[in-house]
Parts: sequence; C-alpha cells; structure tokens
Amino acid sequence: MPLFDDLAVSAVVFAIALAGMFVNRKNLVVLLMCIELMLLAVNTSFVAWSAWWGGLSGQVAVFFVLTVAAAEAAIGLALLVVVFRNKRSVDVDTIDTLKG
Amino acid sequence: MTAAHLLVEGVFGFFATVLVISALGVVVARNPVHAALFLILSFFNAAVLWVLLGAEFLGIVLVLVYVGAVMVLLLFVVMMLDIDLVVIRRGFVRHAPLAAVVALLLAFEIGYVFWARHLGLVSLAPPLRPGTLPNTRALGLRLYRDDLYPFEIAGFLLLVGVVAAIVLTLTHREGVRRQDPSAQVRVEPARRIRLVDPFPKGTPGKGGEGG
Repeated sequence: MPLFDDLAVSAVVFAIALAGMFVNRKNLVVLLMCIELMLLAVNTSFVAWSAWWGGLSGQVAVFFVLTVAAAEAAIGLALLVVVFRNKRSVDVDTIDTLKG
Repeated sequence: MTAAHLLVEGVFGFFATVLVISALGVVVARNPVHAALFLILSFFNAAVLWVLLGAEFLGIVLVLVYVGAVMVLLLFVVMMLDIDLVVIRRGFVRHAPLAAVVALLLAFEIGYVFWARHLGLVSLAPPLRPGTLPNTRALGLRLYRDDLYPFEIAGFLLLVGVVAAIVLTLTHREGVRRQDPSAQVRVEPARRIRLVDPFPKGTPGKGGEGG
C-alpha cells in the first residue's frame, strides 16, 4: 500500500532527524539542518495523505509549511551569524547568557 | 500488478532508500558542509517521492525554493563561519545511545499510529481519484481563490523574515561611512538646490560675458 510506504519513510526520516538533534548538541548549524529534515518528513507525510484522499488540503498545508520553513531558515541563520560573531563558536552550550 | 506499477514501486524503493541514507548522512557527517550536501540530496529524493505521489508542483517548489534558495543560504553561512571541527564533535558518542533509543521509540510510535488496523483506515472509504485538473492548476485555484488570505499572510510572514534577518545581521562599525536613510528621507529641496538667476536685473542681456 503506497500510503504506508510513504508514511514509514516519513517516520524514519523524522526519527533520524530527532536523533540528530540529540547527538549534534555542539553544533547549531546541524541542529538547524535537523529541523529542516523534520519539516521535510512532516511534509512528506502531508503529501502522502493528500495523495491518499485525493484532496488538496494536505498540499496546501505543505505549501504553508514550506513558507514558514523558509522564513525560519532565514531568521535562524541570521541568529547563527550573530551568535558566531559574538561567541566565535556555534556551540549550543556557549549560549548561556540568560543563565543566572 | 502491471509493469508500470512495478516500475513505480522500484523507483519509490530506490529514492526512499537514498532519502533515508542521506538523512543519516546529515546526522553523522563530520563536516557541516558535508551535512548540508547530504541535506540537499535528501531534498532531491523527497522531491521525487512527492512527484510520485502526484504533487508535481510541490516537488518542483521543493527543489527550486529549498535547494535553490534555502540550502544555498545555509551553505553560504556554513562556509562563511570558521567552525572548529574537533570541538563540535565532542559529546557525539556519549549522546548516541540515548538518541538511538529515543529515535527508535518515536519511529515505533509513529508507525503504530499509522498502521492501518489501529486507525481503522481499512473500513474508511477508498481513496478518491484525483480530479482531472493538473496538479499545479488545482493548487493555484485553491491558493488564490479559497485560501487567499492565508496565502497573503504567508507572504507577509516572508517579508517579516527578510526584515528580521537584515536587522539581526546589520552591524554599525565605527569609522565606516554609511548611509543615513532617515536624513535622506527628511531632506528638503530648498536645502539642496539653490536656483540662481544667471541674468540678474541690471546686467547686459543675453550673450553677455559676465553674469
């Protein structure tokens, strides 16, 4: 059944991206990439359901997720540049200024 | 099972496999540039899967917008930053077992939800056949007619993203001459242009040497 093949791929990619967020705690760049990968997995799931039901709602949702993801990538990378400029590092653990 | 069906299954299997492998590559790549390239590969493969599912427009948008714009931006930033490769790998092995456990648990849970028996999908209606409209046209009608306001809000969101990115990364260095847009906007013509009469009253007429 094609639907479940696609959903399985989506779930596996999402899980891999989650694991990536755990193991790459030192690297803000790869964390951002893992978020992109998660969004890709969710989008694949949306497209699969949309194809299954024959409706377009899922694809419209993917469209908006892509828009938000693009904005998120732009702002995230800007934040990354600012963090690197101030800390000379992209280590998540160095971003602890708000820690009391 | 027809030959075309088998072909689709084969193409799906190949690209899904490459997608999963490249997703793993993103996670385990030592160099962030390699991770970004693996991410681009996984985007390409996901685009193929989407096209197989009938979402041609979104597949092309994924390649154009994501690979063409977002990933180029990401690669640009990654190459601009001078990242210490030794430091960022610290803790990778230590967190790996926990990550594997969580990922397997999550994949199992998602699979459990998606599995047909538990969701009762078998008893639901069979999938509808897509309409006769081409995918791009149908999506365009939907976006520009039914979902026009969300579409415009999405556009505004992108504008906010652009402004935020510029504001965040704009720096004012000392000793660098830069534009002052506020002063430029506030300028008045009277302070910039002085109209001079080349032939004031009392001087000789046209053709005169002095003036």
